[in-house]
Amino acid sequence: MRKVSAGAITELVSKLCIESNTRLRSDIRRAISSALRRETAGRAKKLLQMLLDNADSALKERIAICQDTGMAAVFAEIGQDVHVTGGPLEAAVNEGVRRGYKEGYFRKSVVASPLSRKNTGTNTPAILHTDIVPGNSFKIWVMAKGFGSENKSALKMFNPTVSEDEIIDFIISVAKEAGPDACPPFVVGVGIGGTFDYAAHLAKKSLLRKIDKKNKDPKLAALEKKLLEKLNKLDVGPMGLGGKTTALGVSILSVATHIAGLPVAVNISCHATRSAYGTL
Amino acid sequence: MKKIFLPITSEDIEKLKAGDDVLLTGRIYTARDMAHKMIIEGVKDRQVPPIVLYGSTIYYAGPTPGNPPKVVGSCGPTTSSRMDKFTPVLLDVGIKAMIGKGRRSAAVREAIKRHKAVYFLAPAGCGALLGSKIKSARIAGFSELGPEAIYELEVEDFPVMVGIDAKGNDIYK
Repeated sequence: MRKVSAGAITELVSKLCIESNTRLRSDIRRAISSALRRETAGRAKKLLQMLLDNADSALKERIAICQDTGMAAVFAEIGQDVHVTGGPLEAAVNEGVRRGYKEGYFRKSVVASPLSRKNTGTNTPAILHTDIVPGNSFKIWVMAKGFGSENKSALKMFNPTVSEDEIIDFIISVAKEAGPDACPPFVVGVGIGGTFDYAAHLAKKSLLRKIDKKNKDPKLAALEKKLLEKLNKLDVGPMGLGGKTTALGVSILSVATHIAGLPVAVNISCHATRSAYGTL
Repeated sequence: MKKIFLPITSEDIEKLKAGDDVLLTGRIYTARDMAHKMIIEGVKDRQVPPIVLYGSTIYYAGPTPGNPPKVVGSCGPTTSSRMDKFTPVLLDVGIKAMIGKGRRSAAVREAIKRHKAVYFLAPAGCGALLGSKIKSARIAGFSELGPEAIYELEVEDFPVMVGIDAKGNDIYK
């Protein structure tokens, strides 16, 4: 049995909120540099270079990469031998988000109720997902999810006998529909299987994986490669003004599902795809 | 690379073509969904809006607060299409330019053509870079909206691209 204090959780979450918003992930940076090298169109090259300059500026000036510092999607993987002390986990996480967004001078982009829409002023509550696993580890990922991209995400409940091509066409169409509003080049997270809600959860969780890290499942790795090639033929490009790179990467997470179903969720993420990871 | 000093004139607008790269210097006002809604409802009730709309340049953006002493920090464009339904009325009351991200509707394109206005695209996702072009900022209206308030920004060499010109040519077509 290992003790982890609420205070330590708050401090870690606060740090990760700031890191995710000011330091572009190294795999994303590599992918943008790679896209820039591959690109031949003048305007697309200029825009891709601007994204790298922007990331440098954000890190140097300690300001947010993008003004939409997003809603905090927090993923906690907690060993079942861990005992959280000093307060409720959820409150500790929310306090971390509140502090991080305050100290980072980030935008408060959360409304308490989607219908009455009063800003909470704290960028809380966060959306917290917890996975309880064997052991005594404590891992946290904070994703700053902006809604330009989030608003373009979609889910479809396919028939179990659908062809792979139909699934591919759906994923491609979601990315195409997303267009300039979701700030391409995108990172596309895909969740396949589970239940209606779990497919969407997986689609978001898949965005945490480094995009140059190959999928452990060879079938899914092949599907990711095929999707990426097709996405980059769309000629959406940076700002939807054309280019060889419409997607920086595709990540798929897949789990068991019902004999009568095949849920497929697509979580579109922008060229910043911001997240940070830490452990206690 | 054209340099334009705001407020933008009809002569400036006439010379612009969809796809042109432009650097803007001068005053712009941020306004997003709620601010647009409140301005329009005010206009309909014959209320004076908090800013002078006539001749103005509107930027669809909700900035982060600045690292003190700056008032604003990261300030890139938000999705323009959410403001499409409000735009024709604002063009009717005389705004001259809008800055945002993404496509506009046919109705907005028509209204831009009719009023000989212009729609600029700011580099999407480049909040830090664009923030560095903001020399000063203050809240000009609707402060209760927090990040969605109307900010008056003084910008220098703010990089934009002509999205829709006064002839109705659209960079996305």
